[in-house]
Amino acid sequence: MKKAFWLAGATILALAQPALAGDTIKIGFVSTFSGPTAVIGNDMRNSFELALDHLGRKMGGKPVEVIYEDDGQKPDVGKQKTEKLIQSDKVDFIVGYIWSNVLLASLKTAVDSKTFLISANAGPSQLAGELCSPYVFSTSWQNDQTPQAVGTYMNQKGVKSVFLIGPNYAAGKDMLAGVKSTFKGQVVGEEYTVWPSQLDFSAELTKAKNSKAESIFVFYPGAAGVQFLNQYAQAGLKGQIPLYTAFTIDELSLPLQKENAIGVPGAQQWVNDLPNPENKKFVEDYRKKYTGLRPTFYGAQSYDAANLINSAVIAVKGDTSKKDEMKAEMEKANFKSVRGPFKYGNNHIPIQNFYLQDVVKDADGQLSLKTVATIVKDDQDRFHDKCPMKK
Amino acid sequence: MLVLVEQSLNGLQFGLLLFLLAAGLTLVFGIMDFVNLAHGSLYMMGAYFAATFVAWTGSFVLGILLALGATLLLGILLEFIALRHLYGRDHLDQVLATFGLILFFNDAVRLIWGPAGLSLPLPAWLTVPVQIVPGVFYPAYRLSIIVVALAVAALLYVVVMRTRIGMLIRAGASNREMIGALGINIKLLFTLVFGLGAALAGLAGLMQAPILTVQIGMGENILILAFVIIVIGGIGSIRGAFLAAIFVGMIDTLGRAFLPDLLRTVLSSAAASTAAPALSSMLIYLLMAIVLVVRPEGLFPAAKR
Repeated sequence: MKKAFWLAGATILALAQPALAGDTIKIGFVSTFSGPTAVIGNDMRNSFELALDHLGRKMGGKPVEVIYEDDGQKPDVGKQKTEKLIQSDKVDFIVGYIWSNVLLASLKTAVDSKTFLISANAGPSQLAGELCSPYVFSTSWQNDQTPQAVGTYMNQKGVKSVFLIGPNYAAGKDMLAGVKSTFKGQVVGEEYTVWPSQLDFSAELTKAKNSKAESIFVFYPGAAGVQFLNQYAQAGLKGQIPLYTAFTIDELSLPLQKENAIGVPGAQQWVNDLPNPENKKFVEDYRKKYTGLRPTFYGAQSYDAANLINSAVIAVKGDTSKKDEMKAEMEKANFKSVRGPFKYGNNHIPIQNFYLQDVVKDADGQLSLKTVATIVKDDQDRFHDKCPMKK
Repeated sequence: MLVLVEQSLNGLQFGLLLFLLAAGLTLVFGIMDFVNLAHGSLYMMGAYFAATFVAWTGSFVLGILLALGATLLLGILLEFIALRHLYGRDHLDQVLATFGLILFFNDAVRLIWGPAGLSLPLPAWLTVPVQIVPGVFYPAYRLSIIVVALAVAALLYVVVMRTRIGMLIRAGASNREMIGALGINIKLLFTLVFGLGAALAGLAGLMQAPILTVQIGMGENILILAFVIIVIGGIGSIRGAFLAAIFVGMIDTLGRAFLPDLLRTVLSSAAASTAAPALSSMLIYLLMAIVLVVRPEGLFPAAKR
């Protein structure tokens, strides 16, 4: 009798197991955790973990399980990891993606399986336009938007001509096209470099110098940004031809760029000193939890991604099978973003402000980024008309 | 015209830097018949040592000299502890073991210095551009790389061709068993050669460090180029490595500099700017393929075994 009782109990437990597994919110996180750009992936993971701490590691009353996967900055690896997360781990959401080419390679897998994908950085033009999907949201931007803001700022400064340099991959092309779309002066030259292997820009700098352009615009994320600024300064171009940047100076590259970064403007939708309470909490707690480190915009976007997912899960009271309701909730952007309030466009890309950022010495004597002005307000990307989804 | 001068200097500088890396590799490969994939790790260690010592001592020159010594020592230690047990083995075993060393060094660096990378700032006197011909300014630091690398090349030539130890090295490359039989301590000779190769790799790494960042895995991309160079130049030949390195540096830089404009005359601007970087990075491998077909032993092979 006793034996039968135990047996029944064990059976019930065994049966209950799958149901228990369904009681967690499963999130897959694809980013770069190895190689020279692993520092970016670490910052994203740190910020995502911090967001989960702030949420009590629960969403809609259910515990959250995150599976981190390393894409090694390679599109084919990113695609594989995305497939693994969706097909064998059966995640409810998939988040991350630093690189536009990795995201583009992974996109179809997520969309076909109707798994919600939140891009916490990459914003290729295709994603905003013809490849937009009800299951894809962005907590970052469309690639062109940031350089467009830089172009606008250059117009305000009265710059007459520019030489463009960027890496030869999806985002590099978007970035340079972005500046060209708003900059009213003359584009005297445009150079693409092999990505990510080319680290010496001497040939391009020589061409820029000899083009007699009044300014140079570059897009070099990660360590390449450090290398570019080093070489730009060593070539004696600092003070000769002013440099304008997008995604080249951030809290990860700044400690290595040091003085070379002073006086080099950039644009961003989030800066660490934006005066809203959520941002203050994010930045302060980040610096407390990860001593010696400072959050970047990559981290801010990942923090927002966690809160966006949380808003959707709460709206369906933890029942992640209600995809339409979750989609409707996320479209409202009903959470407190660290960049301040924003709206989603028809293509699920934020309509948001872009700020001018500059490098200054802060109270601790360390170099840090500071908001100087608002360049554009409520900016919507220029591909949203190509997206078949209408509001 | 002035642009061409400047771009050629860029090419020369890149080529000479590659020579430093390739010289060590070709010495070890050609003389010891040992495939060392971890050569790129020694390049990385040179850069990390330099960044650390320059920060400690506060002096650029002193820091660099210390780093050079440290890489030499590391090379000798590495040979003594691990690599000398692999000489008799198959090339595949050596590839496997030295690939393991790459992973070991990458993680050792991550443990000691952290994942974020370091920077090696230049002293003020090296950051100013120098006027070389009227109207052409060139970064002083890149100029100093050219000078140092040429000096090292000359020194290597003298040591290998004009000294007793150089004679032994050349003899070792031609017939290892024979010089062993003649009573030369081949073990010591190999340790020295490996140390020298390591120091050259370290020198390349620390000289490249102020231009690039000091980061984990920095030696892996550039090692591929070094292998291309020793294949083009002829394995074991310092002269071959020197000339091939300059070829490769020139082709790479001039390709990047002029190919886009050349392509724009036949293609649309957008297509040209996309195709040019891809094509210019292919040129080097194209050259290697042609050399392998026409002269499989390389352009300037070392003396026959």
